[in-house]
Amino acid sequence: MTADAHAASARAAVQRSLAGQRRPLREYVFHLALLVSVALALAFLVALLSYVVVHGWDRLDANLFLNQPTALLRRIDEAGVQSAIFGTLWVISLTALFCIPTGVLAAIYLEEYGRREMWFNRLIELNIQNLAAVPSIVYGILALGLIARPPLNLGFTVITAALTLSLLVLPILIISSREAIRAVPNSIRDGSLALGATQWQTIRRQVLPVAVPGIATGTILALSRAIGEAAPLLLLGAVQFVTFNPSGPDSSYTVLPIQIFNLATRPQEGFRTLGWAAIIVLLAILLLMNSVAIAVRNRYQKRW
Amino acid sequence: MSVTTSTVPGAAPPRRSLGRSRPRYGEAAIKVVLVAAATLSVATTIAIVISLIPPTVRFFDKVDVGDFLGGTRWAALFKPPAYGVLPLVSGTLLVTAIAVAIAVPIGLATAVYLSEYAHPRVRRTIKPVLEVLAGIPTVVFGFFALYAITPLLQDWLPWEVEPRNALAPGLVMAVLLIPTVASLSEDAMAAVPMELRDGGYALGSSRMLVALRVVVPAAFSGIVAAVILAISRAIGETMIVYIGLGARPTFTANPLVEGETMAAYIAQAGSGDLPVSSFDYTTIFAVGTLLFAITFAMNAISIRLVRKYREVYE
Repeated sequence: MTADAHAASARAAVQRSLAGQRRPLREYVFHLALLVSVALALAFLVALLSYVVVHGWDRLDANLFLNQPTALLRRIDEAGVQSAIFGTLWVISLTALFCIPTGVLAAIYLEEYGRREMWFNRLIELNIQNLAAVPSIVYGILALGLIARPPLNLGFTVITAALTLSLLVLPILIISSREAIRAVPNSIRDGSLALGATQWQTIRRQVLPVAVPGIATGTILALSRAIGEAAPLLLLGAVQFVTFNPSGPDSSYTVLPIQIFNLATRPQEGFRTLGWAAIIVLLAILLLMNSVAIAVRNRYQKRW
Repeated sequence: MSVTTSTVPGAAPPRRSLGRSRPRYGEAAIKVVLVAAATLSVATTIAIVISLIPPTVRFFDKVDVGDFLGGTRWAALFKPPAYGVLPLVSGTLLVTAIAVAIAVPIGLATAVYLSEYAHPRVRRTIKPVLEVLAGIPTVVFGFFALYAITPLLQDWLPWEVEPRNALAPGLVMAVLLIPTVASLSEDAMAAVPMELRDGGYALGSSRMLVALRVVVPAAFSGIVAAVILAISRAIGETMIVYIGLGARPTFTANPLVEGETMAAYIAQAGSGDLPVSSFDYTTIFAVGTLLFAITFAMNAISIRLVRKYREVYE
């Protein structure tokens, strides 16, 4: 578009508005198109949720929580996903244990210590942004090649899965924690330092307490990403119909998303219905976590 | 109050040096721990490369690079095997094209609406809803594509639609990408200075003209970054296409037949518990290297473009 044409259209618009004309039709059409676009995304969400609930509701019974998965069609109507629920709890607890301290410490370093002039810090920052967008299946390959097999040789266990998911969500956790730390005004740091506190004392007693709600929100969202992740765990031995709950970090396991995947590979109606019910459980957990995250954000958000 | 205390005005407290009187080993130790945590991310990238290279090298000892990149038949786990990656690439591109073609206009329109039209209260409602949409596990989307969308397509379309096809996962993946496109482009539009908009209005432009001729061009590099990131996500997405598109490599542009993507092949071969010493095992890593290289390059371009608009406006 040339400057001349732009000026002409602007002039025409000025003339129109000076003449007291109403907004041209295309303005309404454009506005309407935008609204339709937004509505489409929202409508899909509503359609998805209601479809899931309608198809899985009848199967959302005690069996789902009390019984174990099965590969047998004749027993599918009583089967459940208990081992997957326990597996998800095990894997996510360990993931939280690994990734929260690491992520927060890395964020503190990048925000409070790392000077941007140093190439090393810029490299870390760039690298984290890029890792956040690496496909999750690639983390599965990494874990298959180095964690489950030698050198770490941890096998297809809960701990391998937790380490893999920690690496996967760490970039997300670091990015959101950095934002929370950055939102703490410098005047607070300066005040603390001026009173003679060391840098670490300032961070521990002034910066972190204020940043905790933001960090918590980011952590919950990162963990909810880990709960729904299936692709890397496909490579890490979670695929069988595991019929026992994990007994410890070195136990074999399965998780909810993988069970849902398993149920999708069987064409019979019984497996499908159980799948919809398992999806309700998974979505309920995630919606709960999401609402907690949003509530924390709204409740503790400070304006400086 | 009478001044009977021992404070004598003018008498200075004993002087203490403000210099480093004693070394603070604790502070230094903490810094070492922090640096280690931050370095873990670089270590992760290096570990990905280390895990990929040796098996990939073993793969290319036996298979010619040209045959791999140019071959139109992929039958890695069959006898006789064929190692032409193009069917996996075409499957990936087909689903990606469908998803991106739908997600980009809708995502951009959503961003324009949120940034230029929506009342702050409306924006505060819609953004969390989009976050929820972005947070739905992809395995759920895949299940939905296979059991809800494909049957609809089979009913509505006049052509034969296979139970696993590219169209249904493409449509569902579009929904997954909308929040990505919308939120990143909205960030870019929010960074456009108000003065530019005011200039447009002062010249008599309408809201639509300001949005399309001022804000969108000014935020263009950020919008391109959002689109590239969406493409990269679509290329690397696994569960939707593994469930919805299937596991039969097909070199075709027909969106109604079963196919397979690069990521889905990795999932398929990787979940088979292949022996480490087998040649089949190395195929996972060869395809993985290609996938990692493509997405890593696209992410790098996207990050660079975001930097660009940040530098211009912030």
